[in-house]
Parts: sequence; structure tokens; C-alpha cells
Amino acid sequence: MSAATANHAPAVSDTILAVDGLRKSFQGREVLRGVGFEVRRGSAFTVLGPSGAGKSVLLKCLANIEQPDGGRISFEGRTLDFSDRRMRESFRRRCSFLFQGNALFDSLTALQNVALPLEQTTDLSRAEIRRRAMEALEQLELHEYADHYPAMLSGGMQKRLALARAIVTRPEMVFFDEPTAGLDPLRRNAVFVMIAKYQAVFGFTALVVTHDLVEALVASSTVALLHQGEICFCGTPDEFASSPHPVVGLFRDSPDALRSTLDALRRGLSPSEKQE
Amino acid sequence: MVASLGNYTIERVRGLGDFALFIASSLGAVFATRRLPGRVARAIYEQGFRCLPVILIVGTFTGLVLGLQGYYVLNRFGSEGLLGALVSLSLVREMAPVLAALMLVGQAGSALAAELGIQRNSEQIAALDTMGVSSRGYLVTPRLIASIFVYPAQTALFVAVGLWGGSLSGSLLLGVDPGLYWAAVDRAVESEDVRECLMKAVTFGLLTISICAYCGFHAHRTRRATGARAVSAATTKAVVVSSIAVLTADYIITSLLV
Repeated sequence: MSAATANHAPAVSDTILAVDGLRKSFQGREVLRGVGFEVRRGSAFTVLGPSGAGKSVLLKCLANIEQPDGGRISFEGRTLDFSDRRMRESFRRRCSFLFQGNALFDSLTALQNVALPLEQTTDLSRAEIRRRAMEALEQLELHEYADHYPAMLSGGMQKRLALARAIVTRPEMVFFDEPTAGLDPLRRNAVFVMIAKYQAVFGFTALVVTHDLVEALVASSTVALLHQGEICFCGTPDEFASSPHPVVGLFRDSPDALRSTLDALRRGLSPSEKQE
Repeated sequence: MVASLGNYTIERVRGLGDFALFIASSLGAVFATRRLPGRVARAIYEQGFRCLPVILIVGTFTGLVLGLQGYYVLNRFGSEGLLGALVSLSLVREMAPVLAALMLVGQAGSALAAELGIQRNSEQIAALDTMGVSSRGYLVTPRLIASIFVYPAQTALFVAVGLWGGSLSGSLLLGVDPGLYWAAVDRAVESEDVRECLMKAVTFGLLTISICAYCGFHAHRTRRATGARAVSAATTKAVVVSSIAVLTADYIITSLLV
């Protein structure tokens, strides 16, 4: 049993996504080395890890953008076989992916961006598609910008637009790839409030990958720490805060460690260097 | 040496297989893509209407030059009356399908490769796949279908303005009787010539749009380049390979039909 399962151990019926022994290499370099964890339905599950730990690769393997070299992914108890077209399409209909760079179609308006998945994957009438897309825009307070192109919107609005597109198909699970990367603290908070708010409204399960410790601890119900291609911790934010695991300690205490290092450096500087 | 040659050959064969699969899956997506007519209409507009000026200009000047050159060659033998036949057969059999295809590659093909390359870079193609939308069906299939209509139409337009250019230089500037010119055109061009012309246009269209789409779609696979440079390299490769493919296919089709 993996460390993730041992720490978290959700009831089987509660589990929407289970990952076991996931492996992925690029040109001989092992990025994921048998990753395993379980995500409970309706939870906000965050995969935390330093830059380059393989978080985005993990997410792309889960969303079938990258093909894993080995391991098993189960969705609602059924092992996913992405070579099976029907299974792949069924999985994709029930999940959405929010990209780090939003991946909005710059030649389409906000309304067209949100309507796109409905137009291409459902048999709904044009009027119904428009109604649902406008409803999603209204829920994210973007209805006034329906005719605007993504380039005409601010960074935060683009993020909301990407979320509107992700939720318009009413998915059961949404994957978020570094949703707050490059945002200032206020916008970062706004994005996490937005995710929590709409998760409560729509009831989807959120799987977020981030390198931001604060947002992981504040906004998640479960935190998993990815280190050197393996999940070395999986538990609640409280468990994370008190975990004796050395890597967790290293990550958790990184602000204190930085402060101590800087203090030591400042103390070691000569008076002339300090003046400079 | 032998090993590197072997690797190169394997890589090329693999690339050709990948390209064939790309075309097959893009054409196969016709039945799985929703709301295709609207996307095809948009692709026809992008490939066709935007390329109209360049086709009109190049077609006219090609006809003008053919008229001039043809007149001075035929004049030596006292056969100026055959100017219409020379211009029309040159245009219909060879110049119009090839030049129109090269112009379309330069304008629509390069734009397509760059657009798909940027969409690949900004993860728009991956986004389509995660939505359960066939990225090939949504982005490539409409363009391929559009090329079946646009290339022959643009080639026909090229022939029309080329003939007009030939009559302009031959009749208006050099004094060949216009009635003689158009009668020679009418006598010279047969239905087989038109069929060959249209067959070439359709082949060039499918071939070049497939190559440009393939290069743009796989811009992320470009070696020794990433980001904007990868898009630039993919676009250049698309134009170069498409141009060579047009000339090669022209030779093969001509040798089979002559």
C-alpha cells in the first residue's frame, strides 16, 4: 500500500479517482516513479511540490494529454484504458482541465469559447447552447464581456473565462494546473475563492497542482506532496502541518529556512559590504 | 556511417507513416465532427477569399508574360494566330495549377501552419482533446475539405485572368486580332485538359494543406527549437516541403496522363 493510501485511506465508494504506480519518463529521465493516491468525491485535492517535481506531467497523464509508461488510473472504480475510444470519450465528458496558461481560443469571443465544448460534444440546439454558455458566464460574472475576445480581458478574467469553459459541461471533476501561477497575492486569493465557491455551487471534485504552500494548506481538504517523482505525503492540511516526514518539514519550513539563511548572511557581511 | 544512414531512413519512413495516419485520421474525422459545414465555410473564406488578390495579380502577369514571350516565338514562324492556343494550353495544363498552388501555399498554407503551431504552443490543441473534441476533426478536417473546392476554383480563376492577360499583351499591345486569339483558345482547350487541370488542383490542394497542417500541428516536435522559433521553423518547413511536393506531384501526374 502506498504512503498516500496509508495516510488518507478514504472509503472505496467515496473515491472518484484512484492512481496507482503511475510512471512516466522523458528521454530516459524518470519524472514519475510509481505515483499513487486516491481522491475523494467532492474534495479539493492538492498535489504540492517544487517546480520540476513532475506535477504538471502527473496532471497531463491523468487527463490523457501524456501517455503514462505504466501504472493504473481508475475513475469511479473502473480502470481507465485510454486506447478504448468510448472509455476515453466518456472520461473526457465527465472531466475538465484548466490549463496553466488558460488555453483560450484567441480567435473566439468569450461566449464562443464557453460554447465550444457544448457545440462539439452535444446535440443541444444553438439556443440551448447559448443559454447555457451565458449562464456559465453570468455565474462567473463575465456576462458583460460575452462579446470580448480573450486578449481584451484581464488575467483574472481570463482565468474565470477558462473556468467557465471548464464547468459549462457540468463535469464531475476538474483538473487545475497551477491555477495561480504568475498572479499577485490578491489575485491568487481571488482565484482560490473562485474555485472554492464554484466547487460548492457545482459540486465538482477539484484536483489542483501547485507549488504554493499557503494556498495548498488553506484551500484544500487533502494535500499530497510530490517529491522526486513520488508521493511522499498525503493527508489533511493539519496532518501536513504536524508531519514528521523530513521532506514535508523541508517544504513546510522553507520560509523559516529562508529567513534564517538571510539573517545568517546579513550577520556575516562586513560593515562596508552592509553600507553598499 | 551505416548506422546513422539506417537511423535516418527509419526516421523518414516513420515520419511518412505518421503523416499518412494524420491524413487518414483527419479525413476519418469527417463523420465524427459536429457542425462541420460552418467550419468548412469559414475555411473556404480563409483559403479562398483572402488569396484572391494574389491569384488575380499573379494570374494576370503570368498571362501578360506568356502573351509577350509566345508572340515573339510564334512571330518567327508566322504563326501569331496560335497565340491563344499557346497561352491557354500552357495555363490550363501546367502553369495555372502549379502557380495557383504555390501562391496558396505561400498565403493560406503558411498561415495555417503558423496558426496551428501557435495553437499547439498555447495548449489550445491539448485543450480541445481534454474537452473530448477531436482536435484534428475541428482544426484540420474543415481545411482539407475546403481545399477540394478552393484550389480548383482558384486555378480556374488563374486560368481566366491569365487568358485575359495573354489577350491584353497579345492583342492590345502587339496587334494580334482578338477574335483570332479567342478562337484559338476555344479550339485548343479540350475537356481532357480541363480534367487534368482540375485533377492537379485537387491533388495539390489536399497535399499542401495536409503538409502545412501536419507541420503546424506537430510544431512542438521541432528539433533544436521551442516556442516561437519552433512555430517559425514549422512554417518554413511547411512552405518548403509543400512547394517541393507540388512540383513532384505535378511531374508524376503529368507523366501518368500524357
